Amino acid sequence: MKITEQNVEQVALFSRLELTEEDKAVYTESLNTILDYLDMLDKLDTNNIEPAAHVLSFKNVFREDKLQSSLAKELVLVNAPEEEAGCFKVPRIV
Amino acid sequence: MRLYNLSVFQLSELMEKKEISSEELTNAYLERISQVESETKVFVTLSKETALTQARNVDQKRARGEELSPLAGIPMAMDDNICTEGIKTTCASKILYNFIPPYDATVAERLKGAGAILMGKCNIDEFGMGSSTENSAFYPTQNPFDAEAAQGCISGGSAAAVAVGEAAFTLGSDTSGFIRQSAASCGVIGLKPTYGHVSRFGLISTASSLDQIGPITQDMTDLALVLNTICGHDVKDATSASVDVPDFTKSLVNEVKGLRIGLPKEYESGVEPQVAAKLQEAISKLEELGAICEEVAMPHTEYAAPAHYIISSAEASSNLARFDGVRHGLRVEAEDVSSMFKKTRSQGFGAEVKKRIMLGTHVLSTGNYDTYYVKALKVRSLIKQDFDRAFEKFDCLLTPTNPTTAGKTGKNPNDSLAMHLSGVCTLPVNLAGLPALSLPFGMVDGMPVGLQLIARHFEEETLLRVGYTLEQSTNQTRPKPGLFLKYNIHRG
Repeated sequence: MKITEQNVEQVALFSRLELTEEDKAVYTESLNTILDYLDMLDKLDTNNIEPAAHVLSFKNVFREDKLQSSLAKELVLVNAPEEEAGCFKVPRIV
Repeated sequence: MRLYNLSVFQLSELMEKKEISSEELTNAYLERISQVESETKVFVTLSKETALTQARNVDQKRARGEELSPLAGIPMAMDDNICTEGIKTTCASKILYNFIPPYDATVAERLKGAGAILMGKCNIDEFGMGSSTENSAFYPTQNPFDAEAAQGCISGGSAAAVAVGEAAFTLGSDTSGFIRQSAASCGVIGLKPTYGHVSRFGLISTASSLDQIGPITQDMTDLALVLNTICGHDVKDATSASVDVPDFTKSLVNEVKGLRIGLPKEYESGVEPQVAAKLQEAISKLEELGAICEEVAMPHTEYAAPAHYIISSAEASSNLARFDGVRHGLRVEAEDVSSMFKKTRSQGFGAEVKKRIMLGTHVLSTGNYDTYYVKALKVRSLIKQDFDRAFEKFDCLLTPTNPTTAGKTGKNPNDSLAMHLSGVCTLPVNLAGLPALSLPFGMVDGMPVGLQLIARHFEEETLLRVGYTLEQSTNQTRPKPGLFLKYNIHRG
């Protein structure tokens, strides 16, 4: 199934990526090459097959609701590009 | 005596007998690194000072007569997507160019606890998307077998480090085959453990259902020693398995009589004739030693690569959403928060990563979800069924690791499909969560060839046994890369 330049624009927006006009053309072409290749899966009948997100069986992991030590706030913030008053700082939102 | 030429086991014995100290050994490795690193470009970050401090600590413990792990005092390194407290961890991406984790990944913590010495962080493809560092945001790592860079062969940093003697062993990460493929192209041993056998806590996720950390070593004995330290349940990883971890050194048994080895013929399509010949040589050897080798049908193999492409891209698009300039790494300033996200991500991620993120977002979007993503998950069930059926009859499976020798990889740095297809023998294993070993088996045109052994879930012991038997009975010394020899000679 082909992807159009408009689709690519939409996908880039969802992905929070900025594309130049040139990028749009390049990615449309390269994504279509990949999608053409992926379409080979159409040959395979999978109607009665269960999808497998994981192949090993996992159980939900529970633990006691007990207070445990965690990283100190200053350590969590040590990589922050900008911080203020013990919080991550971002440009104005509203 | 060239210390960088010795295995972990041998070095451990020398330190045990107090013939060398860990500090001396670490200094010998630092000297080796300064000799070859400008050509190999194995490391993204070197941690010289912490390495020497760690080494002195180990020496003190030894002097006090404390009981130490066989890995105590051994210089090692790990992929740059495994978090190391206080040491930069970049995922070979500009978006994390300055990230210094405030905590250790569980594997880093376990190795630190065992007293292993971290020399630095190894070059990878950006967020592990590739098979030979062609997509590193910084530089490709030279394959040490291509000493004059004549063929432009590149490789994974963690495998090259072991091949050329910049670390005695390393830890790599494997989403589609990186550990095994780069180990094969560097003539060393690489193992992707069973999904869940080694904690992924602190491994910066790309494709969470496929990623796994594993060791790269010079020989099978070293492999067992490293596995003994890194395997086991971890409460910090919800997908970590609660299974008993055996003493893997007990699996180093030189005997394969009666062992049933399956040969999936689908894995041989597209394999270079010279590589196929090496495979045949290994089969004959194993039969001579009493193993029973027979063909086995794995009919869905050709669908594994497209299914893997869809699943890995989908999971990556979700995992990489966290890199937005708020909590760590690069931030490109902008007026409003939405533009800040977009500018940061557009400048921080490389072309291949952006393409995968967009593809992943596309296959997860309304209208495409069932066509691509659910379809791929169903194919994954079929791939698993193929393996389940094969393992009803066989103890393990034998395939080439790479369809061609290293000389051919890395030649299409801009062709993401060609790169992905180079993992055609390794990526089905990630889809099925199985353990698989790549071990060196001779050379073709001056480049090493690797063979892959695949076993049932949590049966790494079978891999160690077959690997050890081949290692002992073929009596092959580890192939020495051109770069290794070049500097060996220079040192006199």
